[in-house]
Amino acid sequence: MKYKPLFIYLFISSVFLTLVSSIWKIMATLQGLKLTEINLNINFLLALFLSLAFILIGKKFNHLIKIVILSLIFTFFYILINEGAPIWYNIGILLICLFFTNRLKNYDLNFLREDFISEKIIFDFLSLFAIVFFAFVILFPFYLMFVTSFKTQAALLFDPLDLSISLTNNLTETFKSYFVIFNTYDFGRYIYTSSIVSIGTVIITLIFAIPAAYAVARLNFFGKTFLSTSILIIYMFPAIVLVIPLYTVFSQLGLRNSIEGLLIVYTATTLPVAIYMLQGYFKSIPKEIEDAGLMDGQNWFGIIIKIIIPLSLPAIASVALYVFMIAWNEFLFSLMFLDNPKTFTLSRAINHLTGDAETPRQYLMAGSVVVTLPILLIFVYFEKYLVSGLTAGSVKG
Amino acid sequence: MTDTLSKIEKRTAYTLLLPAVFLVFAIVLFPIFANIWISFKEVQLKDIRIPEPRAKKIVKIIPEDKSKLRIVYRLRNSSLIQDINNIKFSDRLPINIEPVDLDSRCEFKSKKIICNFGNWEAGYKENFEILIQNTINKEIDNKVIKDQKPKLSGDADNILLTTKFTLKNFKNVFNENEFLDLLLTTFYFTFFGTIGAIIFGMFAAQLVNQKFYGRTFMRSILLFPYVGPVVALAYTWTLMLDPNSGTLNALLVNFGIIDKPINLLGQKYLILSLFGFEIKLRLALTTVIMFEIWRYFPLAFLFILARLQAVPKDLYEAAEVDGAGPFRKFINITLPQITAILSILFMIRFIWNFNKFEDIFLLTGGASGTRTLPINVYQQGFAVSNIGMGSAVSIVIVMLLIIFMIIYFKLIGKRADEV
Repeated sequence: MKYKPLFIYLFISSVFLTLVSSIWKIMATLQGLKLTEINLNINFLLALFLSLAFILIGKKFNHLIKIVILSLIFTFFYILINEGAPIWYNIGILLICLFFTNRLKNYDLNFLREDFISEKIIFDFLSLFAIVFFAFVILFPFYLMFVTSFKTQAALLFDPLDLSISLTNNLTETFKSYFVIFNTYDFGRYIYTSSIVSIGTVIITLIFAIPAAYAVARLNFFGKTFLSTSILIIYMFPAIVLVIPLYTVFSQLGLRNSIEGLLIVYTATTLPVAIYMLQGYFKSIPKEIEDAGLMDGQNWFGIIIKIIIPLSLPAIASVALYVFMIAWNEFLFSLMFLDNPKTFTLSRAINHLTGDAETPRQYLMAGSVVVTLPILLIFVYFEKYLVSGLTAGSVKG
Repeated sequence: MTDTLSKIEKRTAYTLLLPAVFLVFAIVLFPIFANIWISFKEVQLKDIRIPEPRAKKIVKIIPEDKSKLRIVYRLRNSSLIQDINNIKFSDRLPINIEPVDLDSRCEFKSKKIICNFGNWEAGYKENFEILIQNTINKEIDNKVIKDQKPKLSGDADNILLTTKFTLKNFKNVFNENEFLDLLLTTFYFTFFGTIGAIIFGMFAAQLVNQKFYGRTFMRSILLFPYVGPVVALAYTWTLMLDPNSGTLNALLVNFGIIDKPINLLGQKYLILSLFGFEIKLRLALTTVIMFEIWRYFPLAFLFILARLQAVPKDLYEAAEVDGAGPFRKFINITLPQITAILSILFMIRFIWNFNKFEDIFLLTGGASGTRTLPINVYQQGFAVSNIGMGSAVSIVIVMLLIIFMIIYFKLIGKRADEV
């Protein structure tokens, strides 16, 4: 019997159980529970005993009976050691414990004799922990944004740790921030402006990009190689170096504070990537289909409308969604070009809210939810298309 | 025959390309070159508005005589720094209405008052009065008079188009004591932001490449930080990290990990003592880098996952037969398979992080040691209002970018076949 795998197993699994129960404790604290001790050491010891008991019992009992009994014992000691907490908290601990022991199904002393078992244990637990870690780290800010928008100023200042959503309040109270931003801060108009700008950018970009991409993909002309490399290079230049000249020219032409101005800039900055993405797809369409179209006496316009567009709808959808996302999320140009509240986009309006230090944060977060929710819903619904758009276009970001 | 066909093809290609190319030239390429022009000029933000003559028309009723009206034009030069030359003024009067005792600078011709005001110096102001009367002694409708707006025109120099150049902006950029610090901050931010995002992206990709319950869900949410709007996410982080009522500080204090809340975004240095050494950590910069990693690791994840899924499965099976453990498999199979994509990712993300503006601007506004080159463009151009300086900093960014791109294309040129 080698003892190294046993020790590694005991250490890793105890650390894992301690960390997961600590995360549970943090989450419970954020629901307004007054827990102030993490008790890392003693919980680690408890987890160590559990792991040791588990491995020593091995496969002598039925797996189900074994994990239920062990989890109950662990939870019992856990309640004894840790300060008083409500029943739902302890049920959570029991569930974590069940999940954890169920995960260890294969583990017994024989299993620890396999080849490379230490590495396998480490990989096993590391990936398990990574799932919890990534999910927590990513979702927490979104959760915070969402919950804060339903809180009142007094509740936020009284206890910043209480992130529970109270369901007992009446609805007008809970949604108060949303009423305020739509009534007082005119967010309805901003949603409208943002939608017009984003959808407009998508349409104009496609109208300009599809013919250009077709030319780059299919036709021979002088300067073709130069053009296709410069598309990529131009794409690499950031908005920040364009901002000062565009600001001065737009001021003198009176294009600042206008939706037209934003449309022009957004279209021009997304065109290179749209052309780049589309031409790659157009090249993959067999040329014979077009030749058939040529035989039928179609000109290039007919070919693009009747052959190319119907065949490349998935690629066009990817480009459209990607361009929509860029335009919807864009901030720098809207910051520079818009200073009249009548022309604000959503992003600019939220930034404007923070300009006044008095603005309560729940309004800010309600605004953030309003700008974030549509794009996340679109992403979840059209994930397939958007992901291929992101992969192709994400040289930028 | 073939000649004409290829000619038609060429012409078609140019027609199809023209709109897109024109727009991109006007909005993307032109500004890059315009920056060079502006960076050699001394221009302030307030100079870029072309000065124009303005008149505000006020109609005053004379109660004793309804057939007469007094019009006062408040004339002014909109600019406080530039003169306007050769100012022409005109205002139309309705039928049967004539001015009385017109100013010598003006004349009344075909129902129009036309004046030649000559030159106005900067900040010029005048109250210009005209008395008008109805020739058939009827009451004048003052609404009609009010609604007619006067027209003014004048010549003024556009400061952007003069040929006065100076090297002052570049001298200021490089002589600034902070330039080195600025460059260093930018490189810290760029380098650690890039490396961090790639490392986290690699872990996440490795994770999602395994089978587990909820894998599709995990893959979706991993992309949330990248898809969400930067404004909303940055403000949520600001709220979360707030020293007074932020969740993170409240948690740390609650569990006794720290005594006092730390202002993670507002404190320049954090002094750590490790093994008797004192380490000065740039706190606000580190926090901003954390945000950057959080927001952009999804992109690295996406690329690396796509590559991982293309790695042939039999490589791993063969390794298993040869008795390789998970760690050896990762080092000897996975890593060599993804080095190409890692290096491309590094170059692309490096260039993009180097240009990152919004994230830092929204989190700290460039305060507490987080001022990078792009932030400096904004601060010089719009906070200090020195457009010329802002352009000069932009030029520095473009120069560095060109250097990065040359390196990038040299490396990618070699690697292109491997991807």
